Order: sequence, then C-alpha cells, then structure tokens
Amino acid sequence: MIWTQTDYAGWGRALRASGEVARPESRADLAALSNAPAMGMRRSYGDAALNSGGRAVDMSRFDRLLGFDAETGLLEVEAGARIGDIATAFAPRGWMPAVMPGTGFATVGGCIGQDVHGKNHHNAGSFGQHVAEVTLLQNGVEATATPGSALFEATMGGLGQTGLITCATLQMKRCKGDLMLVTERRANDWDEHLALLDGSTASYTVGWIDATARGADMGRGIVEEGENGAGLMKRRRGAHRVPMDAPHFALAKPVVRAFNWAYFHRVPAHGRTLVRPLEAFFFPLDKIHDWNRLYGQRGFHQFQCVVPLGAAAALKAMLAEIAGSGLASPLAVLKRMGPGRAGYLSFPMEGYTLAIDFPNRTEARVLIKRLEAMTAEAGGRLYFAKDSLAEGAAIRAMYPDLEKWQAEVAKADPQGALATDLVRRLHLRTA
Amino acid sequence: MNSWIILGATSGMARPFIRRLAESGAQLFLAGRRMEELEALAADCRLRGAPKAEVMAFDARDPANYAALIDRFVQEEGTLNAAVFAGSMPEQAQIDATPELIEGVIADSFTGPATFLQMLVPEMETRGAGTVMGIASVAGDRGRLGNYVYGAAKAAFATYLSGLRNRAGRKGVHVITVKPGPVDTPMTQGMKMPFMTTPDAVADDLMRAIEKKRNVVYTARIWQVIMTVIRLIPEPVFKKLSI
Repeated sequence: MIWTQTDYAGWGRALRASGEVARPESRADLAALSNAPAMGMRRSYGDAALNSGGRAVDMSRFDRLLGFDAETGLLEVEAGARIGDIATAFAPRGWMPAVMPGTGFATVGGCIGQDVHGKNHHNAGSFGQHVAEVTLLQNGVEATATPGSALFEATMGGLGQTGLITCATLQMKRCKGDLMLVTERRANDWDEHLALLDGSTASYTVGWIDATARGADMGRGIVEEGENGAGLMKRRRGAHRVPMDAPHFALAKPVVRAFNWAYFHRVPAHGRTLVRPLEAFFFPLDKIHDWNRLYGQRGFHQFQCVVPLGAAAALKAMLAEIAGSGLASPLAVLKRMGPGRAGYLSFPMEGYTLAIDFPNRTEARVLIKRLEAMTAEAGGRLYFAKDSLAEGAAIRAMYPDLEKWQAEVAKADPQGALATDLVRRLHLRTA
Repeated sequence: MNSWIILGATSGMARPFIRRLAESGAQLFLAGRRMEELEALAADCRLRGAPKAEVMAFDARDPANYAALIDRFVQEEGTLNAAVFAGSMPEQAQIDATPELIEGVIADSFTGPATFLQMLVPEMETRGAGTVMGIASVAGDRGRLGNYVYGAAKAAFATYLSGLRNRAGRKGVHVITVKPGPVDTPMTQGMKMPFMTTPDAVADDLMRAIEKKRNVVYTARIWQVIMTVIRLIPEPVFKKLSI
C-alpha cells in the first residue's frame, strides 16, 4: 500500500492536518494496511477525520455494494460507499436508506462513526439503529458486531475508535420511488416555528431558520415537510463547482440578510407543495461541489447542539445571541429530534437541535464558546461531527456513557493507534 | 439491449464509468486480470441496475484468448460497445534500467487493445451500431522526458483509434478517443501533478461524449488548451524543457 504525504482538512477547513494517507480500493489493499484511523469523504466539519502527523486511511474508494436481499431489504456495503449513491441506485427500485444525513457524500463508515441523523429522526431514530451488522478491522484482525453487544454500541457514533470500519449491513426501508412531495410553510416567528415542528406528522420534517432576523421576526423560517413518492420527473444533471476560495465579503452581514430575506419570501405566505427529486430534498447543497470554499481560505465552524424539549427557552436565548451578533450564515437548521440513538457516544436526545455555520473569525469563535456554555447550562449536548472548538471537560460531561465507550475502546485498540485529532483535543479516551 | 465489454475493468479510472453504465441498464462484460476484484465489481454493478454483469479473464499480453472472449460477447443481441481502459505505466527510470519492459508497455497500451478491437469491430460494423471508446493519454500528444515510452504507446493507440474511427464510422460504429490528463487513481498515487481530475468527473465526461458522439475528448477539458500550447512549442526549444 502506498502512503502519500497529504495535507487535508475537515469540511469546515478551519482545522487541518498533514500526514501520510493510504487509499485502499480492494480487499488485498486493506490486508496490507497498518493500523491507522479511517476517514471517508471528510464531511465532518472539525477534526473527527484528522490525524496530524500520523497516518490515516482514506476509505472513499473502498465503496462497492456487496449484496442485497430484496425480501428483507438488507444491504451489505463496503464502508466507503456514499449514502447518496445508495439512495440513487435503490430508490427507483423501491428501497432507500432508512436514515440519511444532509449530504449524500457522507460514507457509510462515516454515518456509523458519527451515528448520524436525518430529517426523519423524530420517527426513525438514528443511522445506527438501522445497522444490522458492522465489520471492523482491529489491528489486522476482522471482528463483527451486531446490535445488543457492547462493541456495537461503542462503534455506533464511536468516532472510529473501535476498529477500522470495513463493511456494514444496512436495513433499508421500503419507499415508493425517487421523488419527494414537499410542503413548505412560512413560520413567522420563533413560537410559530416550534409549533409547526411540534405539530408536524410528516415522515420528514426540518426547519430552515433565518438566523439574522431580530425583534418580532426572530426565529422566523421555513418548515419543510416531505413524503416519499413515485412518478416521472425530468432531472437536472451535473453539478456546479465553487472554483476558488471566496473573498471575505462574500458572506458579509448585508449579503446574508438579503439572501435570507429572499429565501424566506420565495415561499408564498400561504405555503406551497411541490415535487422534488429525492436528492434535492435530502441533499440540497450537494449540487454545489466544494461549497465550503464560499467561506474563504480561513474556513468556517458549524455550531450544532441539541437541548431537551423543556429547554426550548434556552435555545431561543441562543438564537437571540446569534441574531444580535450578525455573524450567522444562511445555513441554519432547526429540528425536533426524537429520543433514538444507537451508541454510547451518539449525539441525539429528545429535544430541539439547532445547527448554524459561522465564518472562522475571532468574534464567531467567541460567540460559539458562549453558545457552548449555554448548551451545557440547558442540559444539552454538542455534536462531535461538527465540533472544532469545545472544551474537553464540558463536552465529555454531555456524554454520560463515556466510560462504557472508553472500556470498549481500550479493549479494541489498546495501543491507541486509532486516535484522531478530535479524540486527542477533547481527551475522550484518556480522561 | 445495450452491451458493453470493458478491457481493464479493474482500473481505477474505469469504476465510476462502469457504474454509470450499470445504472443506465447496460449489460456488462468486465474483462481484466484480477478476477476477485472483477467479481466484486460485477456484483456491485448488478446491484446498481445492470441486468447482466459477467467477468472475463483478459490479459493484453495473451492474444491467444481474445477470440474466446469475443465469441462470448457477440452472442449478445442488440448493440455491442467496447471501452478500453487497459494500459500500464512503469516509471521511465525503470524502463531506462530494463529496456525490455517496453514490449509489455506497448502490448498493454497499444498492440493488445488494437488487436482485440480489430477482431471485434467487424461484428459491430455488421450490426451497424455501437461505440468504441479508447483511453489514450495527453502523454501521447508529445514525447516528454518523464514518460515517453508510455506516451509513445498511447500515441500509437490514439493514431489507431483515429484510423478506426475513419473506417468504422462509415458503417455506423462511432469511435471516441479519450485523452485524460492526470486522474487521481492508484496509477498516479503519490505523484504531484497539475490539474488533476477525479475518476467521477472523468466518468461524467465519458458519458457525455457517448451521448454527443464526440470524436476526441480531453478530460479535464483544460488539457486540450494545455496540450495545444505544448504541441506548438518548437522542437529546438522543447528539447531543452523538462515539463
């Protein structure tokens, strides 16, 4: 296996690493690997996929579909397979992944390592709850884990620390086809926004929030509800690409305010229902390759927290801070989560989750620190897939099962060969 | 029914293209040397929608078994198509040390694929339809210090494809010459090269080339401009350059 000295970064591009990377394409390549943490398409925003100074295994080309049982809907895939590719291949035939994150570029291995959630978390739970089996390479020895075992729970959301995830069997769910019927409604303020999310009975529900709106408009946004459907629709092929790092003013306050105003008002006051391709509903930004370059060379941070249902007021206070700062980008999402989670370090809890991007600037980092403290006070939780700034002690306290995870990880990787920048920065394995 | 035979199907550049063919509902015949890899790829293609995906043992350096593969392939009814990804690129320094390696490079990249196509194309002409897609290289546009033996083999293949297009086009068979610049595959791993593209992007270009019946395609596109400039450099100047 060839190891290539590579500079790479998390999706937010604020945290970067330099080290040797190997990219296996076959089982023979895998067998020739030394023990190192795996990464996929590097869609985690911070340093979850980084290993500065050490080696890392790029699994993005280990991506074949291995087998599918059309009776049970069990799909066996290699860990580098992308969730969007799986959806595209199977939806026309009546199956789709039970849970899909906001980008189709996420790999199966990454979805497991972060136990990701989707727009249907309130009724379908997390990704790991639909994994029937996962195959790990632990120091060169193959191990499998199935639901119910401690190894499985340490692997779902386990940040790749229990072994290199090579293959998984996913329980797919039946669907009608590759279209989505999408209803969009305006929510004029915070209370209306929460009420729409609380009252939604749709399979897929998500709120886009205008994080620049203040005063009476604060919390306004668009609530999208989706149901799967079948039919014929002309699909636009190809994607756009951001060819270079954007200048700093590309996401300056007036630009974002104007964009958000237009984005809010594009939906009529009485709402609307339209038909969208499946990919457009689930992966709205995937059509713009390398959109992270819009934040310029310095990159950006995403703040995502979840707070318990009873702490909605705390979330509103956070939004007030954000709106007051004028630092938010147009990418802001509010969603009601269910209780579903599959592993010791899974992010979800029943409550409301808020995700917002900020350019990587001093004021933004200060604001995020403040938001993190407010999350802790509210009994909430931060997301390892997004985090790049948290304090170790604060974030560890948000994961009550950390010790169980540590015990399994110590067994699976006693040498600490799979530790990543994130694990070291937050002292997840050692504290 | 549309059927494709792919020579060198386990090549890193071929995989996304083959998947797009599978998703389009084509029958696939995957030919190469690494059988276990071919089997895994065939299973992947069936799961992505290929009604049929068979594997074939193909070694460009063993023309004796070409006829059997072609006999099997032409049993399929409908439109026959062929894509050639086969080829090999040892380091120039390795060839300098062992000149006998040239024979293998020429066989993998030129004489093998050309012989195979020469045997297959008459049947395609009889049916009056189909596409031949051959992967040449920007390296074939001008002999350069770094890889001129590989470049020579690809130049020969490109010239062959040009003639084949001239011949077969009269009978409804379209021939596409593809000239990729550097693509991020195992073949180029560890090399620092400009304007590197990805196998996914190449696959998009190839599908478009088939649809639009393009003759010669550079991928990434920028290489058409770059190679035009490089070809224009006068030889007295070029021979002193190390580009």
